[in-house]
Amino acid sequence: MPRIRVLVGTRKGAFILTSDAHRRDWQVSGPHFGGWEIFHIAGSPANPDRLYASQSSSWFGQVIQRSDDGGITWNPVGNDFSYVGDPGTHLHYDGTSRPWAFKRVWHLEPSPSDPDTVYAGVEDAALFRSTDGGQSWQELPGLREQQGAKWMPGAGGMCLHTILLDPVNPARLYVAISAAGAFRSDDGGASWKPINRGLHSQYIPDPEAEIGHCVHRIAQHPARPETLFMQKHWDVMRSDDAGESWFEVSGNLPSDFGFAMAVHAHDPDTVYVVPIQSDSEHYPPEGRLRVYRSKKGGNDWDALTDGLPQQHCYVNVLRDAMAVDALDPCGVYFGTTGGQVYVSADAGDHWQAIVRDLPAVLSVSVQTLP
Amino acid sequence: MATVRVVLPYHLYTLARCEAELALDIAGPVTLRTVLDTLEAAYPPLAGAVRDRATGQRRPLIRFYACQDDCSNLAMDAPLPDAVATGREPLVVVGAIAGG
Repeated sequence: MPRIRVLVGTRKGAFILTSDAHRRDWQVSGPHFGGWEIFHIAGSPANPDRLYASQSSSWFGQVIQRSDDGGITWNPVGNDFSYVGDPGTHLHYDGTSRPWAFKRVWHLEPSPSDPDTVYAGVEDAALFRSTDGGQSWQELPGLREQQGAKWMPGAGGMCLHTILLDPVNPARLYVAISAAGAFRSDDGGASWKPINRGLHSQYIPDPEAEIGHCVHRIAQHPARPETLFMQKHWDVMRSDDAGESWFEVSGNLPSDFGFAMAVHAHDPDTVYVVPIQSDSEHYPPEGRLRVYRSKKGGNDWDALTDGLPQQHCYVNVLRDAMAVDALDPCGVYFGTTGGQVYVSADAGDHWQAIVRDLPAVLSVSVQTLP
Repeated sequence: MATVRVVLPYHLYTLARCEAELALDIAGPVTLRTVLDTLEAAYPPLAGAVRDRATGQRRPLIRFYACQDDCSNLAMDAPLPDAVATGREPLVVVGAIAGG
């Protein structure tokens, strides 16, 4: 019987939740790296026992941890994220220019084919790659050449938080940056282009500028890789041409502000979001925690509430804190800033809390193990 | 060759998997730079955890105490107190009291 391993990053450590395919009874391991912020943990699709974790602290900086036994033991690997050349400046909140400075790793994306190759999205925004299991990191500087001097931080910092490795075309990568926008490379990360046509953001001087949009998340289904879904600061968007153009699919959502987003493992038209009241109030509308599911690729959304708190709930669900497993029916998972991790073993129809009292959850990723 | 005692905070000695207090043999003058160079060479996971990788400067929320004085703002190449250089007193690395 397949097993599920849920990798949870929190403000005060990492937790690993495991279950059989029924996804009813869970074992909890952790905290690993107690007291440290764990922005993300990810497993290699090529070797599920190879895990990478981003461990950081305002006091002690960035550490990358690697496990070769599915999270039982860990060892620190390389943490030298040096930009190529003089990275120059980017815009700050107040419109002044500030020097580029590495702060932390937000997201780790292991290669689907090589356990030793992993990408890291960092703050201040840049993309790094390791081909030696995390021992050393090399920047892909062509990304910053896309008007990097005009990028500016979102409220959480100027972070590269989303990395999509195209499942069909190994030369194609997508990244998203708050607040610069979405970018695509068709040559393995050497050169990049902004892919923000169709986005409209009233918080920048030119709402339809090529650069400056606060993209919160991009999601993709492996069977239809040219279709992308985006949760922007405001607006849920869709592209059917690999990001060349976007159109809004917010439809009947109670709010089109939010962070997290996922696509069903077996149905490219089924998409999940968690609406949040606004950028001034980072909690669910009406204090009701609802996942919204569209089975039509957007616009037409249904609230999923069974098992989720429907009163007095004021948690947030952050951008990297939602994921799906590969079982049938598809399991959907998300974590909250209130420390709950929820699972639905039936594609969102019913939910249960796996854990309720973790530190604030920063990220959730899922491995489906043979 | 001087033997210098260094006391690390919890998160650093658990990261390095070492004892909270270390004895480091320092060749040449005993300064923050030579002590930290030796510390990082002996315990590579600590590289970047005390000094910023890009600037080589003390991370903002790290402090250095010795002989009941705050040495945090000593120049990296300034000599540390004799009591530290002779091993009578430790150089204490502290995570600043900030945040939660």
